[in-house]
Amino acid sequence: MALSYRTMWHHVRRSPYQALAAIFIMALTFLTVSIFTFLILGSQKVIGFFETKPQVTAFFKDDAKQADINSLEQQLQQTGKVSNLKYVSKDQALQIYKEQNKNDPLLLELVTADILPASLEVSTYNIDDLSPIASSLKNVTFVQEVVYQKDVVTTLAAWTDAMRKMGIALIIILACVSIFIMTTIISIKVANKKDEIEVMRLIGATNWYISLPFMYEGMFYGVVGAFIGWIIASGGLLYATPFLETFLKGIPLLPIPPLFYVELLCFELLLAILLGVVSSLLAVRRYLQK
Amino acid sequence: MIKLEKVSKIFGTGVAGLSDINLLIDKGEFVFLVGHTGSGKTTLLRLLIRETLPSEGTIMIGDLDIVTLPQQKIPHLRKKIGVVFQDLKLLMDRTIFENVILPLEIIGFKREEAAKRVEELLEQVDILEHKDKFPVQLSGGELQRAAIARALTLSPDILLADEPTGNLDSKTAFDIVELLSKINQNGTTVIMATHNLDLLKKYSKNRIIALEKGKVIRDQKHAKEDHTEKKAEEKQQETKEQPKKEPEAKLEKTEKKGEKK
Repeated sequence: MALSYRTMWHHVRRSPYQALAAIFIMALTFLTVSIFTFLILGSQKVIGFFETKPQVTAFFKDDAKQADINSLEQQLQQTGKVSNLKYVSKDQALQIYKEQNKNDPLLLELVTADILPASLEVSTYNIDDLSPIASSLKNVTFVQEVVYQKDVVTTLAAWTDAMRKMGIALIIILACVSIFIMTTIISIKVANKKDEIEVMRLIGATNWYISLPFMYEGMFYGVVGAFIGWIIASGGLLYATPFLETFLKGIPLLPIPPLFYVELLCFELLLAILLGVVSSLLAVRRYLQK
Repeated sequence: MIKLEKVSKIFGTGVAGLSDINLLIDKGEFVFLVGHTGSGKTTLLRLLIRETLPSEGTIMIGDLDIVTLPQQKIPHLRKKIGVVFQDLKLLMDRTIFENVILPLEIIGFKREEAAKRVEELLEQVDILEHKDKFPVQLSGGELQRAAIARALTLSPDILLADEPTGNLDSKTAFDIVELLSKINQNGTTVIMATHNLDLLKKYSKNRIIALEKGKVIRDQKHAKEDHTEKKAEEKQQETKEQPKKEPEAKLEKTEKKGEKK
């Protein structure tokens, strides 16, 4: 075992540019895997957030009377379709605004309770009931605007779906390219070692013994490449977290828990080992079949 | 121990490398395989380690049928047979020590024990002082010794040496054969292919199998056996004929007496 490691290390050291090429393509593959994992899982969480949020929000006109609002609430409750109703007064809206923008004094100075509308957030048991409720709210005279989250969710879902498909396609293409490049690189090394392999076979080495250093080599490229790709993507995300937190205000997505980074690394390392082993087996098999 | 029955090897080009070879080599024998270049010596040795398959016939080594041996059992066979290749096949980027230790590394021998075994072998073949040198730094004779040491690493039952004296001066060549003889005296069956007839004069007591155009044209041991068998047959025939001849002679005598009367 130790000898196979040593032989693998010889192979890597004696052709550093080939090793760099293999590591580079693996790093690129795993950078893509990491970025798309962040994007896909992140956007799914955003969709989940919007889905659990009150799906219809009615903003009231400034002259709306509290009694009218109460009666509207009662009417909605009587339909039996509403799971939750939440009235947000002008003052409460200001509190929420202040909480969201506590780090930006300029924004706080500009806004008073007067310019923020009171609103009613309506959630339903069944997502299909949202549409008629939104339509009926639009017809209420003291309602200024109705924000219907279903449109947002549908659009986001379409985007996420497209992103997932594109991500998977790109990862498959890059994984194939990685395998081809690694197979080519390892094949060159196997060809260079043709005489040595022949001698080993003639003195009784098994195919497994001959293949092992090349398999370790493939795994080495994969693991180093995966680690580099993961470091770049995770480092980039951690660096951008403060900016993204402001951008995704209110959505409990960031910061991502450290355990998730570790899980992603473990998954990528496993995938890297698999890619490395497949590449080296493809390269060595041709010579061992002779 | 090694048994070849009706073995023929026809190459892809249609050329017959070996034709109808029947051989039986016992355990502990030292056999010279002689013949001109292209007579089939190397082909015969290659068949014994399943580097190539015969076109016809059967080859048995111990209880292993070489022809039907499954692919995964070939390493097992090759560990039982040490080979000194014609072109030595030493790895040029490894030291002599690393070359000789290779078979032990392949079977996963402990490094320390393996190193000890290799040093013993290098001492046996008298090149211990060159153990850290690379093959390019050694003379032809020393390289042959290194190749012999590697072939002996796993204490094989059989040692095949293909022209181990090929490019050596006569003194070094005799030294190499002497070394192979010592190995043989320790119980290893040795088959040495050579076209150096001078060597055979000194080792004329050994079994010599001569090949020509892929056929066995002389097998000294078998020739001896044939000779003794012939003599025995003749004797037997004489003893059978004796009782018949005596009455005939008596009859002849009585007939002659009667004539006189």
